[in-house]
Amino acid sequence: MSRFVDLTLNGISNGMIYAAVALSLVLIWRATRIINFAQGGMLMITTFIASSVIESSGSYWLGFAVALVTGLALGAVVERVLVRHVEGGPPLNAVIATLGLLVLLQAVAGMIWGGTPRSFPPAFSIRGYEVSGRHVLFGPFDTFTVLAVLGAAGLLALLFRATGVGLQMRAAAFDPLAARLQGVRVARMYTVGWALAALSGSLAGLLVAPSVFVGPNTFDAILVFAFTAAVLGGLDSPVGAVVGGLVLGLSLSYVSGYAGSSLVTLAALGILIAVLMVRPEGLFSSARRRRI
Amino acid sequence: MRLARLLDRTLVRNLLLTAAIAVVLLFVSLAITPFNNLRLASIAYYFTALAGLTVLTGLNGQISLGHGALMAVGAYTVAILVGRDGWALVPALVAATVVTAAIGSVLGVVAARLRGPYLAGATLAFAVGLPGLADRYPHAFGGENGLIIPPPQPPAGLGSAFPLERWEAWIACATALIAFLALSNLQRSRVGRAMRAVRDDEVAAQLAGLDVARTQVTAFIVSAACAGLGGGALAVVTQLAAPGAFTLVLSLSLLTGIVLGGLGSLPGALWGAIALVMLPSWSDDIANSFSLSTDVQSNLPLALYGVVLMGVIVAAPEGIQGAVRRLGRRLRPRSSMSHEEAA
Repeated sequence: MSRFVDLTLNGISNGMIYAAVALSLVLIWRATRIINFAQGGMLMITTFIASSVIESSGSYWLGFAVALVTGLALGAVVERVLVRHVEGGPPLNAVIATLGLLVLLQAVAGMIWGGTPRSFPPAFSIRGYEVSGRHVLFGPFDTFTVLAVLGAAGLLALLFRATGVGLQMRAAAFDPLAARLQGVRVARMYTVGWALAALSGSLAGLLVAPSVFVGPNTFDAILVFAFTAAVLGGLDSPVGAVVGGLVLGLSLSYVSGYAGSSLVTLAALGILIAVLMVRPEGLFSSARRRRI
Repeated sequence: MRLARLLDRTLVRNLLLTAAIAVVLLFVSLAITPFNNLRLASIAYYFTALAGLTVLTGLNGQISLGHGALMAVGAYTVAILVGRDGWALVPALVAATVVTAAIGSVLGVVAARLRGPYLAGATLAFAVGLPGLADRYPHAFGGENGLIIPPPQPPAGLGSAFPLERWEAWIACATALIAFLALSNLQRSRVGRAMRAVRDDEVAAQLAGLDVARTQVTAFIVSAACAGLGGGALAVVTQLAAPGAFTLVLSLSLLTGIVLGGLGSLPGALWGAIALVMLPSWSDDIANSFSLSTDVQSNLPLALYGVVLMGVIVAAPEGIQGAVRRLGRRLRPRSSMSHEEAA
């Protein structure tokens, strides 16, 4: 029983991390109908930068802030330099271009920081809280993880619903032509969307790095989990991404605990395929089915 | 006259072409050093896998990021059958093709319901997840170290001094030629035309009476079979099947190969295979002459793959083979060109 509780708690904290990356995929999908396969590489780069800043300055929070700011900038640059050329083109082109960026980012990281994964400090203790004489698998850092992701998701929701920029972004995503006729600068809104999405991704990188370490390939699986979570949530809905992340985090935690940690990615594949077979457009999506 | 009509037949023409390539490859492998024979073998097994993938993605419009994992299926099948159960090479390679095709048929049924990014994501999960099996069942798959295969023995009739590398090159080239023959016929067949029709417009294809889902599953099975055959040849040449060789990077390299060569083109798959084998050694040369660090050196090919994927898609979507074709058209005399356009 106590094992089940531990796995559940661990699943919640992992799920929030998947939710943060899923959120970044959903933000971009909503705006441009592109899945950013480079997201894992982008958050890997910002986490590496954080690692270097922490190492040289000794301050965790300086590294944290630098990672978030570079994430924001990286997202905007990627949209302006690369993605703009494939927006609105055949879906395959965008997939291949973002995969190319993933490969390039992994190579650049390997050139600068080497191929051996390095450890990354957590913001707070990872030692579990003591509950009736036993340490559970949930500590101050997990609390921070949950609060940080929920906080970021809440701020994004507020931005979309309560600000002028948010309204323009929603308009640009909903109907680019009509939005442009109303004076919305659609291209700029896309850039802002990519920047915000990358910000959410870099937050997730900082939160997951203590457990997976930082290396050029250590975030491959995170992208798979995030994609699965986003599809679970319907790819279209930020709330769905958070719910999907939690559901996936819990499921994978049980798989890891009861069946073995090396099967986790295959379990994610199984869940992904099951969902796509039942509802090819995702569980919570309202999108119209494409039928012949 | 009769000869000309015979040459018009796709099968006959492709058989002759394949035989001609086989003869050329034979002389090449006799002329080059053992080290270059190994390179030839690598180009051949990469070509086998790339040819299958380019048919799937270029001809049928389905993307797969899982072909590296499918190569792993072929490699492990050969490793288990030859290394542990003592099978002969040819039946083991056939079995690798069949097993991978069977797994491809399952993937294909799933894939036929998915489009674009969804399909890419699902096959990505397959590529990242499958190597975990080797770790989970070390007894069957040898864990991180993988399975070792004894080196293939050249037949005694070739003489005792026949180099092993040349024999490996022959094996790999034979698999590549089989894949080439099968796929070049498929391209020109009814099935190949159906694949193109489905790629271009699913609704129109269905209205014309084609079974869209079945065409897509067929394409996936054919493509997976090639990946399995290529993976099996890889295992024979490297004498090893280990999870480290079949990471996501391999799947992405395969994608780079077909995009660089030109999607949907078999000659393009050859350009891609040559690039995948030669880029690492060229970048080693570059790194050595500029005395770059080993971290930079080992990641240079990967960086080039990334640049190629983005650059080709943005600037030259037809790849190398598209450029070759344009050049050929420009060099040909005007009259035959207008004739071709009229036809």
